[in-house]
Amino acid sequence: MNDFKPHIINKERKVISISGLYKSFGEFDVLKGIDFSLFEGENVAVLGKSGTGKSVFIKIIVGLLKPDEGEIMVLDKQVDKLNQKELDELRLRIGFSFQHSALYDSMNIYQNLAFPLKMNKKGIKKAEIDAAVEDVLDAVGLIDKIKQMPSDLSGGQRKRIGIARTLILNPEIMLYDEPTSGLDPITSEEIIDLINEVQQKYNTSSIIITHDLTCAKNTGNRIAMMFDGKFRKIGEFDEVFDTDDEEIKGFFNYNFIQ
Amino acid sequence: MQQIESKMTKSSAKKYVFSKWIDDYLLGVSSAFRFTTQFFKEIVKKPFHFREVIHHCYEVGIKSLSLITLTGFIVGVVFTKQSRPSLEDFGATSWLPSLIGIAIIKAMGPLVTALIAAGKVGSGIGAELGSMKVTEQIEAMEVSAINPYKYLVVTRVLATTISIPILALYCTFVGMYGSYLNVHAAETTSLFTFYQNAFSSITFLDIFTSVIKSTVYGFTIGMVGTYKGFHAENGTRGVGIAANKAVVLAIFLIFIEELIIVQVANWIRFF
Repeated sequence: MNDFKPHIINKERKVISISGLYKSFGEFDVLKGIDFSLFEGENVAVLGKSGTGKSVFIKIIVGLLKPDEGEIMVLDKQVDKLNQKELDELRLRIGFSFQHSALYDSMNIYQNLAFPLKMNKKGIKKAEIDAAVEDVLDAVGLIDKIKQMPSDLSGGQRKRIGIARTLILNPEIMLYDEPTSGLDPITSEEIIDLINEVQQKYNTSSIIITHDLTCAKNTGNRIAMMFDGKFRKIGEFDEVFDTDDEEIKGFFNYNFIQ
Repeated sequence: MQQIESKMTKSSAKKYVFSKWIDDYLLGVSSAFRFTTQFFKEIVKKPFHFREVIHHCYEVGIKSLSLITLTGFIVGVVFTKQSRPSLEDFGATSWLPSLIGIAIIKAMGPLVTALIAAGKVGSGIGAELGSMKVTEQIEAMEVSAINPYKYLVVTRVLATTISIPILALYCTFVGMYGSYLNVHAAETTSLFTFYQNAFSSITFLDIFTSVIKSTVYGFTIGMVGTYKGFHAENGTRGVGIAANKAVVLAIFLIFIEELIIVQVANWIRFF
């Protein structure tokens, strides 16, 4: 894993601020009162077991799901109060990397990356699209895959392309949903390095949803431990690690054994 | 603390208006209605994805052509073969072209095309969009500020609505030609005479109704396929279910629409 210089975090500005967030699906209460802040330039890793509501949490941030209650401020906009046009404008400033990459099967890599640009930047020239595609492919180290189809790529490569597709719109915030799940340790390390490179190069603020302790420790400036739809503890890694909470200790011990 | 606990248990105490099944059914109908009305709102809004519409017209139209040709031809031949003995009993084989014209132009052509398209195109749309839904590709469009309804649904529904009437007309003519070959083999009738006789009992209203019918079928096939695909869930199993339901529901609705349109056309004819 590469060593990255500490990134400058602007604690004067919150890019995401959430208070009293509740969300349920039918009879299942998923999020049960979330309060959370993300500062400009900061990476926060949200750590927790599967099924605790981590992915629901970031899907609410980007407006894919509506909260039952709570205030969600993203880049000074209240997400659940925006109309579709305003929400789309906000979404262009947020990158969302999906757990299974969500690459468009019917398009090759070039088309996957060019698609958001073509659809959102009216009048953009082909040369500009080509340059942007090459730039992000270079950033994720997969320039040679430009003509291939998503089905030709490995899991790690698909994750990288998924991240490249979000970077092409120059987002201010990155949301990573389980970026290392299903990957071998070496590929996981590459993705961890990429997340840190993105923070450095594109000056993004990020939330990294993961159940992988190594990923959380190496990408997060702070760690947020989520259990049963609530944040049990938020702080720097050592601060969270040094706890008497049996459930958090149990989670760390399980990860170490793994 | 009490406030938080009440919030936590609030949704657990969910009650149904009628029963779970009836509530779910009514919610499904309401969701389908909103999904359909959204089409008419989105179709007039920019951007218009003309290239996508043309691409899907090609997928629906050109790629179904061989199947429609074969089926239309066989329907024409078989229907003529089946009808001939009954007409012969009354010495009325000269009415065969008229009978075939009425049957194929007014009913069989549009219906056979719609049923084939529901199976081939409807299931394809349901499976494709279902697969996109369960692999989060539709959500990926949303977070990239792309309207997936406009890009995926409107283009496909437009393509089926445009292509299926054209396919139905084509199927009708192929069916008629199949019938002509059968009649010609037995009675050496010329193509011109056959068509003249066939169209003698057909009015403008019949052709107009046929075109309207197949347009409605095309719209239904596209809408049902995209709706079922868009609402697929539970992984790959959900994709199969979406494709299956797209075909079954489309066929069911096509027959209901056939009944209604024929009835309305008869009322118009009467007045």
